Amino acid sequence: MNLILFGLLNIVGILLMLVIGAALLTWIERRLLGFWQDRRGPNRVGPFGSLQVVADMIKILFKQDWIPPFADPVVFVLAPAVVMVAALLAFAVVPVTPSIGIAGNLNIGILFFLAMTSLSVYSVVLAGWASNNKYSLLGGMRAAAQMVSYEVFMGLALIGVVMLTGSFSLADIVRAQQELWFVVPQFLGFIVFMIAGIAETHRLPFDLPEGENELGAGFHTEYSSMKFGMFFVGEYIGIILVSAMIVILFFGGWQGPLLPPILWFAIKTGAFVGFFILLRAALPRPRYDQLMAYGWKLMLPLSLLNIAVTGAVMLTH
Amino acid sequence: MNATFYLSAAIAVLSTVLVITRANGVHALLYLVVSLLAVALVFFTLGAPFAAALEVIVYAGAIMVLFVFVVMMMNLGDAAAVREARWMEPKIWVGPSILAILLTAQLAYMLDSNTMSQPHHAIVPARAVGIAMYGPYLLCVELASMLLLAALVGAYRLAHTEHGRL
Repeated sequence: MNLILFGLLNIVGILLMLVIGAALLTWIERRLLGFWQDRRGPNRVGPFGSLQVVADMIKILFKQDWIPPFADPVVFVLAPAVVMVAALLAFAVVPVTPSIGIAGNLNIGILFFLAMTSLSVYSVVLAGWASNNKYSLLGGMRAAAQMVSYEVFMGLALIGVVMLTGSFSLADIVRAQQELWFVVPQFLGFIVFMIAGIAETHRLPFDLPEGENELGAGFHTEYSSMKFGMFFVGEYIGIILVSAMIVILFFGGWQGPLLPPILWFAIKTGAFVGFFILLRAALPRPRYDQLMAYGWKLMLPLSLLNIAVTGAVMLTH
Repeated sequence: MNATFYLSAAIAVLSTVLVITRANGVHALLYLVVSLLAVALVFFTLGAPFAAALEVIVYAGAIMVLFVFVVMMMNLGDAAAVREARWMEPKIWVGPSILAILLTAQLAYMLDSNTMSQPHHAIVPARAVGIAMYGPYLLCVELASMLLLAALVGAYRLAHTEHGRL
């Protein structure tokens, strides 16, 4: 009985932390962007502007929920749900600490994460198609090509970590980093994974599916109210997910001296979320052909090289 | 485990039927995605988590995205759905129905005579799959990789025409 209660507490706790964290990130991101761009950001509502989240929520929930008459209504409603569901499901395999986490010991943990990220492509693609709008369609097609390409390097970048650990389970991977974080032997894998992670969550500089100076708002041009909000929250949950995965795979997960494991996990993940936001403030957006060429001509050879070198080193030892 | 097996199997069959009967291309493809996800769950309940994960990553997550991509690019619209619906006349169903009934009869006979082994619930880990692939089935892996390389070269050749060389 206690076990079931603990399991339920785990699930509800992680779900709440994620949704609240994603909502808070909308404010944190704007404050940090303001800081890095020498302006103030939202600082009026509540202490340091922290109640801006509440104001935004009230506004977005009470906006008119509009489905364009030319859209495909069922797919149009389904699309924003897919991104939330896929991102939240992927968190099922994230081991926050040895005891907190829903299925951190799942023997196909990494593969489950890859499966869920590959399913999240559908939300953007279907949103673009169902909107029946040329800008949306172009955004959806860009997203499909970009995310399917970068998924390949994302998967290949993880192989080095899996080879060193000998397991697909994320909890095993964290335990294998007791002496040395994998970022040292797998530095190339870490770089490739992080860049692929940015492309997967279609964040700046890789946000071409919603490039506003050429496509309106891209795939979510026709979305309003909470459906738009779900794309937004889904994107932030995606950022948290990729940051958490970087921490687990390359930075020793919950491990660290003095502080309790959950704090270490939160600090490390928060640092990478902040880095994601810094990238948005610092880097310009590439052209679309540059993005694809960069992926296939640089990232793919690099990730294959990483696998070959890791294999060679492991064989000689 | 049995209940999840039968539920996902039923969803797989139902969504596959809907793939055939939908006139709208994208809707049919979405049902195909659901069907593939249900089959992945069937694999999982039968004790093959590795195959289940690959089913989702490769089929539902990559190949079907490309299918949807192509259908989106053609931007068929309502006219195509109407034409598609017209093709679904009763006469069309005769041939496939006969074949399907034959297969169903075969399946019923096999179930009745109990020649099928019961599904054993030993879990196949990823390591065992890898050892099998690079042990007894090495030749098949090599052949498949050659086939994929040929497809890659062919696709490169087909796409590479803009410099006046055909």
